[in-house]
Amino acid sequence: MTQVSTIPGARAAGSMRAGGPAGGPRRRRRQERLAQWLFLAPALLYLLAFFGYPIARNVVMGFQDYSTASLYTGQAPFTGWSNYQAVFTSGLFTKLVLNTALFTVASMLGQFVIGMALALFFNRRFPLNGVIRALLLLPWLLPMVASATVWRWMLGQDTGIVNRILEGLHLAPAGGVPWLSSVSVALVSVTLVNIWVGIPFNLAILYSGLKEIPPELYEAAALDGVGPWSRFRYITWPLLRPVVTVVVVLGFIYTVKVIDIILVVTGGGPADASQTLAVQSYQLSFKTFLFGQGAAMGNVLILVSLLFALVYLRFNRRAILTEGES
Amino acid sequence: MKTPSTTRSRLSTVLALLILAVLLFPVYWMVNASLQSDATSFTTAWFPWHPSLSGYRQALADQGGHLLVSLLLALGATAVAVAVATPAAYALAKFRLPGRGWIVLATLVTQMIPGIVIANALYGTYNTLHLLNSLPGLILADASLGIPFSILLMRSFMANVPGEIIEAARVDGAGRLRTFWSVVVPICRNGIVTAALFSFLFAWSDFLFALTLTSSGTVTPITLGIYQYLGAQTEQWSPVMASAVLACLPSTVLLVLAQRFIASGITGGAVK
Repeated sequence: MTQVSTIPGARAAGSMRAGGPAGGPRRRRRQERLAQWLFLAPALLYLLAFFGYPIARNVVMGFQDYSTASLYTGQAPFTGWSNYQAVFTSGLFTKLVLNTALFTVASMLGQFVIGMALALFFNRRFPLNGVIRALLLLPWLLPMVASATVWRWMLGQDTGIVNRILEGLHLAPAGGVPWLSSVSVALVSVTLVNIWVGIPFNLAILYSGLKEIPPELYEAAALDGVGPWSRFRYITWPLLRPVVTVVVVLGFIYTVKVIDIILVVTGGGPADASQTLAVQSYQLSFKTFLFGQGAAMGNVLILVSLLFALVYLRFNRRAILTEGES
Repeated sequence: MKTPSTTRSRLSTVLALLILAVLLFPVYWMVNASLQSDATSFTTAWFPWHPSLSGYRQALADQGGHLLVSLLLALGATAVAVAVATPAAYALAKFRLPGRGWIVLATLVTQMIPGIVIANALYGTYNTLHLLNSLPGLILADASLGIPFSILLMRSFMANVPGEIIEAARVDGAGRLRTFWSVVVPICRNGIVTAALFSFLFAWSDFLFALTLTSSGTVTPITLGIYQYLGAQTEQWSPVMASAVLACLPSTVLLVLAQRFIASGITGGAVK
């Protein structure tokens, strides 16, 4: 025990030397190993406590009738698959899956297309390019609750500035668009807000990807008289593919778990029109205190995320495992 | 020859400014509305011709304490995250530990776990450990937002530290800890600053852990404060907007002051 506490320091080395030949080469190697692991130990413990353990516990809770009473008694009877049954047959599930899919796919598409267009645009040289690009990061850095609050106010039907602008441009129907109060528009609204939040992330990563492409390729293509579309199609896109994969997969993982924007802007309403799997998981656990069902819903979400994680790892695993060898 | 290209680049700047104006309009509108205390949303002018600070006065009266909680929370979480992640990043970058590739992989996967799953499981555990509604409990939870990111980011910085420098320090008699502290940490200062910055921003912006792990109102960070504001009063918007502005201040200041770190953090944390 005393060994453990003194090893990872200069003093340990000193005392070992002072101790003379007591530490043989094998023992020293073992101590060395131990010292190395000690650098990693706090982080490993943390990851286990705040990721490993919660995931395992969530899997178990999915099979338990875990309610408010369980919090006091510590008792939660096992009930087999009944949480999953309840979640799948609630009548809401199909809608949740559909909403989550629409929200995620539309968000990613919007963020990616706009982010890509902006990245290509900022890839040119012009004055103030760097400053403006940096300022464009702002929406991504602001606390989502704060920006979602602003959007909620801007999207108000009678009085919101968005409708005022649209009416000014004669683009809105009389009475304005019911952004937050219509069952058919609410999901569109939260998707638009989420696109706005995600554009800077896509822009930043795609831009850095574009910068990695050797300019000689474009110069050569220009000499050969290749047009801008063909340059994009045959140089930019193929060379950007790995970066695009990263953006798409990370975009998916970030979007599928979005809760704050939806809770603030629409609260999941009206009439569950903008409910997603993640929001419903929160509400099952923390509004209706059916932690078991919340866990089941959360596990469905993990499964979906892991599926995408696998895709990500398939593309990146070799890079990760070999990187940093030195 | 020169004139058309300068005209073109000027046009690009104009277009870029236009894009900026459109995308940052919500931010402008937030600031604008926060300064118009008497306005309902219908009468909010395009520009605060008669600026009033009464929205801010109200916001500070209601939310000042929450801002302080957020600050303590974010600073605490940053300290924990950096203290835990820095040595781990060094170990993963420089020590030939068995299975370190898998540890990196696991760290990457943790970032994909939805926060609600963690919160759902932590709630019961925190209840047992009496960590609900406590600042230390929330600090520990919020630090978990920054740790995986910080490990991955700093690892790529530390992998670039030349092995010879570390060897030289070891030959000179410096122990592992000494080498780490006086050689590696100073060289990787930029990486550590970036990790700290993001850990701070993640914790400052956290909403889900605050929403789920504090219910009694004893520990309320600003994000939760704004959310509760929304439920209570939606008629009077200027204090709400003023609170949002105050909540946005740290991110904005950090973006202006530490632009370089932020940009490198977004790309470095994602691609690596």
